[in-house]
Amino acid sequence: MDVTFRIRRQNPEVAGKEKPYWQDFVLSDVDPTDRVLEMLHRIKWEQDGSLSLRRSCAHGVCGSDAMRINGVNRLACKMLVQDVGERVQIEPILGLPVIKDLIVDMEPFFDHYKRVMPFFVNDNPAPEDGRERLQTQEDRELFDDSTKCILCACCTTSCPSFWANGHYVGPAAIVGAHRFIFDTRDQAGQERLDVLSEPDGVWRCRTIFNCTPACPRDIEVTRAIGEVKLAIRKGKTSGIIRPNEVQ
Amino acid sequence: MKVHKHEAIIVGAGGAGLMAALYASKAGADVAVVSKLYPTRSHTGAAQGGIGAALGNLDEDKPIYHTYDTVKGGDYLTDQAAAKILAENAVDAVIELEHMGLPFDRTSEKRISQRRFGGHTRNFGEELVRRACHAADRTGHMILQTLYQQCIKNEVHFFDEFQVVDMIVVDGAVAGVIAIELGTGEFHIFHGKASFFASGGWGRCWSVTSNAHALTGDGAAIALRRGAPLEDMEFFQFHPTGIYRMGILITEGVRGEGGVLINSVGERFMERYAPSAKDLASRDVVSRAIYLETREGRSIKNRGYMHLDIRPQTVNRYFAEEGRDRGDFIDDATIERKLPDILDFCRTYLGVDPVKEPMPVQPTAHYAMGGIPTNVDAEVVIDAAGTVMPGLYAAGETACVSVHGANRLGTNSLVDLVVFGRRGGMRMAEFVKEADWKALPSDPEGEIRAEFERIRNSTGKSRPGELRAKMQETMMENIGVFRTQETMQKGINDLAELRERFYTDIQIDDKTRVFNTDLMEAWELGALLDLADVTARTAIERKESRGAHSREDFKERDDENWLAHSLISHDGALADPSYTVSFDKPVDLSLWEEEIARGLPEDKQKFRPKARVY
Repeated sequence: MDVTFRIRRQNPEVAGKEKPYWQDFVLSDVDPTDRVLEMLHRIKWEQDGSLSLRRSCAHGVCGSDAMRINGVNRLACKMLVQDVGERVQIEPILGLPVIKDLIVDMEPFFDHYKRVMPFFVNDNPAPEDGRERLQTQEDRELFDDSTKCILCACCTTSCPSFWANGHYVGPAAIVGAHRFIFDTRDQAGQERLDVLSEPDGVWRCRTIFNCTPACPRDIEVTRAIGEVKLAIRKGKTSGIIRPNEVQ
Repeated sequence: MKVHKHEAIIVGAGGAGLMAALYASKAGADVAVVSKLYPTRSHTGAAQGGIGAALGNLDEDKPIYHTYDTVKGGDYLTDQAAAKILAENAVDAVIELEHMGLPFDRTSEKRISQRRFGGHTRNFGEELVRRACHAADRTGHMILQTLYQQCIKNEVHFFDEFQVVDMIVVDGAVAGVIAIELGTGEFHIFHGKASFFASGGWGRCWSVTSNAHALTGDGAAIALRRGAPLEDMEFFQFHPTGIYRMGILITEGVRGEGGVLINSVGERFMERYAPSAKDLASRDVVSRAIYLETREGRSIKNRGYMHLDIRPQTVNRYFAEEGRDRGDFIDDATIERKLPDILDFCRTYLGVDPVKEPMPVQPTAHYAMGGIPTNVDAEVVIDAAGTVMPGLYAAGETACVSVHGANRLGTNSLVDLVVFGRRGGMRMAEFVKEADWKALPSDPEGEIRAEFERIRNSTGKSRPGELRAKMQETMMENIGVFRTQETMQKGINDLAELRERFYTDIQIDDKTRVFNTDLMEAWELGALLDLADVTARTAIERKESRGAHSREDFKERDDENWLAHSLISHDGALADPSYTVSFDKPVDLSLWEEEIARGLPEDKQKFRPKARVY
C-alpha cells in the first residue's frame, strides 16, 4: 500500500525553513504491520536524509522517539501503519522548544524530573548479614506501575496544564516521585511530598487524563498523581494504595 | 574549540559507564560522562530476564557453580580467573544494587526472587538452578534507572548527546577524547587523565538484530583505529529467540518460566539436541538447532522460524511429563505478572497474544563476546603479554575481559557490566590520583574534523543507508550462525566493495550543523564497516568451531591448535586499512591448573576443557 506522511518540519540553519512548515512524503510498498519509525527511516534513508528525529531501541523501551502522531503522543516505534491509516500526520511533541524537525529540547523535562529527588534514600546501615533489605512481594507491587516509566515525555507533553505553565513539574516527574514515595524501603517520601505540595507540584494537575492514554508503557499516570495528592492530604504514605487494588 | 578538563572521562552512559562513574566519583575522582544518548536511552535498559548471582535464595547455589557454567558456556575460551571474579563479585554487586533501591521481585521470604536461565546449573551441571535475579522482564531497565538515579544523587557531571568520535593518544598513552555536541555540531575536546569506553556493542552490523539503532560500536572502532587491538571478534552471539523478521528480543526468561520451542511438526526439538537442559541449553546451541531444523524442512511454514510456546496448557503438560511439582504449574496470571513486556511486544508488533498462541521466533544478532581487550580491572591491554595502554579503560559489551569466551551465558552481560564497571571505576580513581596530565598535542581534532568534512562534502552517488543495508545483509548471510571459508570470503569481498564506495562515492543530504543525524549516521557506518571487517577477518582465520563461531568446514572444536584468543589490529588507515591477526594470547586456565596441582584425577577436574553436553 501507499502511505502519505505529512511531517511538521523546521530547520534553524536553512533560509526559509526556520519557521515550521509541512512537508508530504509518499511511501510505496508499505506493509500494514510496518512500524511508523521504520517508515520515517525509509523517508530519511531513501528520500531526504535531512529529516531529523531521535530514536534508538526501536521497540518501545528507550523512550527516544516520542512524537505527535495523528494528534496524539505516541512512540513511533510502537505504532504500526495499520494503527494510523494511509494518511499520517507527524509533529514534534508539544510544550518543549523545537530544535529541528521532530527534535525538541528535552532539558526542561529532565530538570523537572531531577527536582523530585528521583533516587532511593535510606540512610540506615545495610543489614548486618550483608544481604538484601527485606520487602514483601505485596509491598513491591504497590509501586510496580510507576517503575515502568521510560521518561519519554509522552505524558508531560500531552498535559494542557504543562502546556499552559512550563514550570509545572508534570506527570512524568510525579510518576518518578511516586516510584519512591510508595517504596517501603525508602525514607525520603515526606521530602518529595513537600516538593510536590509546592505551587508547581501536583496541584497543577486538573485531572484531565490526557497523560494516561498517552503512556506507551500503560502506566496509570493519573491514578499515580491522585495517590500522591492523597498522600499529601493524609500526611502519610501507608494505606493509600491497597494491595488488592493493584492490578 | 571548547576544551573540558576532567580527571576521568567516561564514554557511554549504560550500565558499565554509570557503574564506573558512580564508583570513580565516590572514590573522589572528578568524573565526566559523555554519551551520545540521554543515559536512560542506553541499551542496558532493553535487557529483560535477569542478572545472575549465586545468592541461593531459592536453590542451593555457590559462585563456583556460576564460574563453572560461565567457563563451560564460553566453550572453554573464557579466562577462568576472570570468570571466578565475575561470579564472586556478582553476589556483592546484586546486593549493592538492591541497597541502591533496585526493585527486584521478591520471594515469599521477602528476598530477591530468582529464575532459571539457559546454561545456569547447580553443582557443575547437575540440574538447572534459579540464579537470575529479576524485576519482572525489565531487569535491565531497572538497573539503568537505578544507576542513573544514583548518579543524579551523587551529582555526577553528564554531557548528554555528545558523541565521541576520536581518542587522543600521546606517546602511547590516552590523553582524552574528542566529541561532537549533537545540538550544535561543534567539536569538543575532553582532556582527561583517564578515558573509559563503555560504549556498547555493534549488533547493527547485521540485518536481523535485537540491538538498538545506536549500537554502532563507536568506542571499539575508535580504539581500533588509534592503536588498541580487538580481541575475539569472531565470536558474536545470535540469540535464538528474536521476534520473526524484526529481531526484537524475547527473553530467555520465557523458557526459564517453562516456555518451549516447537517446530512445524509440533515437536519439542531441543529434546534431541540437548537431552538434559533442552530449551535452556546455551544460546549458541539453541540457535544452531533452529537453523538445522530449518534446513531439514521443519521450520514453521518453511520460513525459517519456530514457535516459542508459553501457553499454560503446553508448559504444564511438559512440567507434568518431567514430574515437576504441581506448585510450579503456571496459569495466565503468572505469565501476565512475570512477562508483561514480552506480552506487550507480541501484542503490539505481531498481533499475537502469547497467553493464547505461540510466538514466531528466529535467531537474532545479539551480543559481542569480543571487544577491546582488558584485564580484570578494566585496564585496556594491547598485546598477548597483557601490556596496559596507560589511561585507557573499557568495560561492558565493548570490552573483552574475557568472561564470555566463545559464547555468553544469559544474564552474564548485566553481571559483566556491573562487576567490571565497578572494578574499573575504582581502579581508574586510583590511577588519576597518581597520574600526571599529558599535554594535548597541537590540533588534536584535525584528522577527525577532516573525516567529517569529507563526509559532509562528498558528492558521490551512494546513499549511506543503502550501503548500510548491504553490509547488514552480507553479514547476516555470510558471517552469521553457520560459516564456511567460501561464505566468509564472500563477506570479506562484499565489505571491501562497500568500503570503497563509502570512501569514494557517498553523498549525504544534510549539510547543516545542528542535530545533523544524516552526518552522524554516515560516520557510524564507517565504524560499523571496520567492525564487520575485523569480525570477518578473524572468523576466516579461526579454523575450528567453538561457541558462536560455527564452521561447516571445520565442525569440531580443536583445543590443540585453537585454544587461544584472537587479537586483530589495524594500521590506522581509514579508507584502506591493513590488518594483523594473531592467535598468541593464551586462555587463562588457572582453575583447571589448580585442580591438576591438587592432584585431582582427570574425571574429577571440573575446569578441564571437554566436549560440551547440555
